[in-house]
Amino acid sequence: MSDDTVLSDSYVMVVGLEVHAELATATKMFSGAPNAYGAAPNTNIDPVTLGLPGSLPVLNKRAVELAIRLGLALNCTVQASVFARKNYFYPDMPKDFQISQYDRPIDVDGWLELPSGKRIGIERAHLEEDTGKSTHVGGSGRISGADHSLVDYNRAGVPLLEIVSRPDIASSDEARAYAAELRAILVATGVSDGRMEEGSMRVDANVSVHRPGEPLGTRCEIKNLNSLRSLGRAVDYEARRQVEALTAGETIRQETRLWDEQSGRTATMRVKEDADDYRYFPEPDLVPLDPDEAWIDEIRASLPLLPAQRREQLAQAVGATAEYAHAVGVVVERGADELALALIESGAPGDRVLVYVEQHLGEVDPDAVDVAAVAALVAMEVAGELTATQAKKVLAVLLDEGGTPADIARELGFEAMSDDALAATLDDVIAANPDEWERFRTGDDKTRGKLTGFFVGQVMRATSGSADGGAVTRLLRERA
Amino acid sequence: MSDADDPVIPLGARSIADAVAGGTFSAEQVVRAHLDGLEERDATVHAFLTVTAERALADAEAVDARVAAGVDPGPLAGVPVALKDNLCTRGIETTCASKILEGWKPPYDATVVERLRAAGAVTIGKANMDEFAMGSSCENSAFGPTRNPREPSRVPGGSSGGSAAVVAAGFAPLALGSDTGGSIRQPAALCGVVGVKPTYGAVSRYGLVAFASSLDQIGPFAGDVADAALLLETIAGHDERDSTSIPDGAPEISIHLDDGVDGLRVGVVTDLLGDGIAGDVAARVRAAAEALSAAGADVGEVEIPELAYGLSAYYLIAPAEASSNLARFDGVRYGLRVDAPTTAEMMVATRTAGFGPEVKRRIMLGTYALSAGYYDAYYGKALKVRTRICRAFERAYADFDVLLTPTSPTTAFELGATTDPLAMYLNDVCTIPSNLAGHPAMSVPFGVGDNGLPVGVQILAPALGEVPMFRAAAALEEATR
Repeated sequence: MSDDTVLSDSYVMVVGLEVHAELATATKMFSGAPNAYGAAPNTNIDPVTLGLPGSLPVLNKRAVELAIRLGLALNCTVQASVFARKNYFYPDMPKDFQISQYDRPIDVDGWLELPSGKRIGIERAHLEEDTGKSTHVGGSGRISGADHSLVDYNRAGVPLLEIVSRPDIASSDEARAYAAELRAILVATGVSDGRMEEGSMRVDANVSVHRPGEPLGTRCEIKNLNSLRSLGRAVDYEARRQVEALTAGETIRQETRLWDEQSGRTATMRVKEDADDYRYFPEPDLVPLDPDEAWIDEIRASLPLLPAQRREQLAQAVGATAEYAHAVGVVVERGADELALALIESGAPGDRVLVYVEQHLGEVDPDAVDVAAVAALVAMEVAGELTATQAKKVLAVLLDEGGTPADIARELGFEAMSDDALAATLDDVIAANPDEWERFRTGDDKTRGKLTGFFVGQVMRATSGSADGGAVTRLLRERA
Repeated sequence: MSDADDPVIPLGARSIADAVAGGTFSAEQVVRAHLDGLEERDATVHAFLTVTAERALADAEAVDARVAAGVDPGPLAGVPVALKDNLCTRGIETTCASKILEGWKPPYDATVVERLRAAGAVTIGKANMDEFAMGSSCENSAFGPTRNPREPSRVPGGSSGGSAAVVAAGFAPLALGSDTGGSIRQPAALCGVVGVKPTYGAVSRYGLVAFASSLDQIGPFAGDVADAALLLETIAGHDERDSTSIPDGAPEISIHLDDGVDGLRVGVVTDLLGDGIAGDVAARVRAAAEALSAAGADVGEVEIPELAYGLSAYYLIAPAEASSNLARFDGVRYGLRVDAPTTAEMMVATRTAGFGPEVKRRIMLGTYALSAGYYDAYYGKALKVRTRICRAFERAYADFDVLLTPTSPTTAFELGATTDPLAMYLNDVCTIPSNLAGHPAMSVPFGVGDNGLPVGVQILAPALGEVPMFRAAAALEEATR
């Protein structure tokens, strides 16, 4: 676990995350131009997107609805909010100011519960517009040394929700878990498609270190985190860098640092003293936003079950303990939990259902599955009428062509091997591999585990996969 | 001022629209007469930056075709209208009288332009102004000043000086301007025409190049009160493209112009008749009060000492908003670009070359007022003063339906006479409070000063008080006949 290994005993890390999520609206934050990824450059634009003189912003109601949706899903208070202008010059920002929410954000004071059960506080979530995208051509490829730059304003004005956590995150694993859970909530609520690779979810990390009992350390903001993996690596690197600096007697400078995936390091992007004075002031072209309670209640009522609730629901149906937590998490993440619940409802044992859904039905459209047929198949396997391998083959046919598992099994010529035949085959395998058998007989649990795989594999090969792996394991134990 | 030989020019908007709809004149005849007039005389006045003669004649033909086909040509059929050059016109250069926007042709029309066209009006060109509407004399135009048609050695006022001059010179019976701190009313007063700043939100700002968004409002210039009412009715009304547009901003005004002022409570604001106001101007305001009283109004006096702080608050709020609104003129997407080695240097070079001194001064003022550490002392305090002024007006309107003040402290002054920016700002002292409060106000010509130049009297009303305001204006106009 990284939180045990990264830092020397005397330091702990404190992490807060700022997540920008692009909202899944049809049009932009303040105009009717399309909000769509991947269009030809400068085609999803209009006078408002380009900030042409005389153009005025008009707030997208759907964007507000989605912001409220996420706020409620994160247990936030939804409050009256005010848009402000954040002023700074940059060529990909058409008005040279960004419309954002500053001292009155729409969502405040919530929390997100990690799969581990730990709650991470949500300080705020506020609405703002995205910028365009610059491409620097020739020279260094950066704005300062390029021959020329191209700007694509398709992304300019795309609605964003910036979700700011409290500094409650104590390790890189928690940081990743937080980001993953937030993404799952964004997707489940339909607020955003949460695609980090397309930039529709972008994560910045604020990292500091301190000794327990002492005041919080100076934080650095880490940018350019394009995957959960980068997030984890960058947080670990940065915390270690700070501890090393402090240990060497240096002080930490408050600054923004850029993560470099290739070198696995962060490097100074700009120091706080160079930061722009954004000259925030209330956006005079928009009126204060004060959603009425009835609308908020309506949105609350329309919220789907959230990932945490779905995990809880599935875990209860499975009757599962911690050992199935991972499988439950995967099934919910894939959106296959309703299928799993339906299978359990049809009488299939929960633990086998989890294995089926996680391993065999992961890529399948849950709605296209004949629940009764799959439940019957699971029952046949549990009853020993089919081996796991045979059941997998039956399932493939079932999903492709339909039918009943019994008919398919018969057509494929699958009949469960009798125990006697299986025992005879195993004895042949043991006789052919005396060294392995001796090591199995005398070995510890770890060795036995490894060799179990070997023997099951040999029996499978001898029976062309028709043996029941579970039965072989049981027989091995009896023989030893 | 009007051409006595021409049967069209002396007519106002209502007469022209009636004549065109009734077939007495063709719209083409009307438009041609006005184009001929301005071609002959605008070399002196310089009211226009762009004249769109071909487009105007084509639009006039379209109006005539509607008349010929028996289709209603609209309430402003064939009426020539000039547009201040900060109103976006599709395919027609819109410069804000600034080098930084020289040559820029918007891809869209402002809402008010759409509404004018839908009403049958014919836009004939873009009127000169102080650069980005910053000024009170029209001398801040990057393309040369406009002269007052009444007396060419004098300024027409500003910032909508070109629009006021168009109407005063008879180049068009109607014009649109914008008013952020008095930019319609003050030039109307100095040129002897009617100018109206409507209630904030009554007229859509979509397509108005912003100076100070919370103060800007588009409004009419006309030769008389009824024409101003007709033009305001045409352009007012809700527009979903402007979030600050209000739902009930378009009351029927024209039908109330003959209602008289019997019982109307008129308050003369004494704070704006003393120091800083020329004696001849103050005298005309008192004469106006007497005229209203004679017409049946209940005239009294009111003190609103808070108004004295309006100027200071305005010169923090307006530049603050302007510093942000004008950031987009950076050379990247449109207008002027002065090349330089880096993007940042290009932006600086473009803005240095493209903006005139007054615009730069206000951008600097506004940037400072919003800066970290200064916000509370300047911008924040100005917002508090703004609230105080609103409260003060509320108190005054408990006792009065409309208020009476001068529009401008003086009559038209000589070109080049006022070089101190602060002295120039004082021109707005009477007009600014209405912008801060978002209230309607209008200037009506009421006689002349000692030098024989027009004096404007300002009528103020609470939000959506256009009807009583226009009733008082109509009564004053009646008194001068």
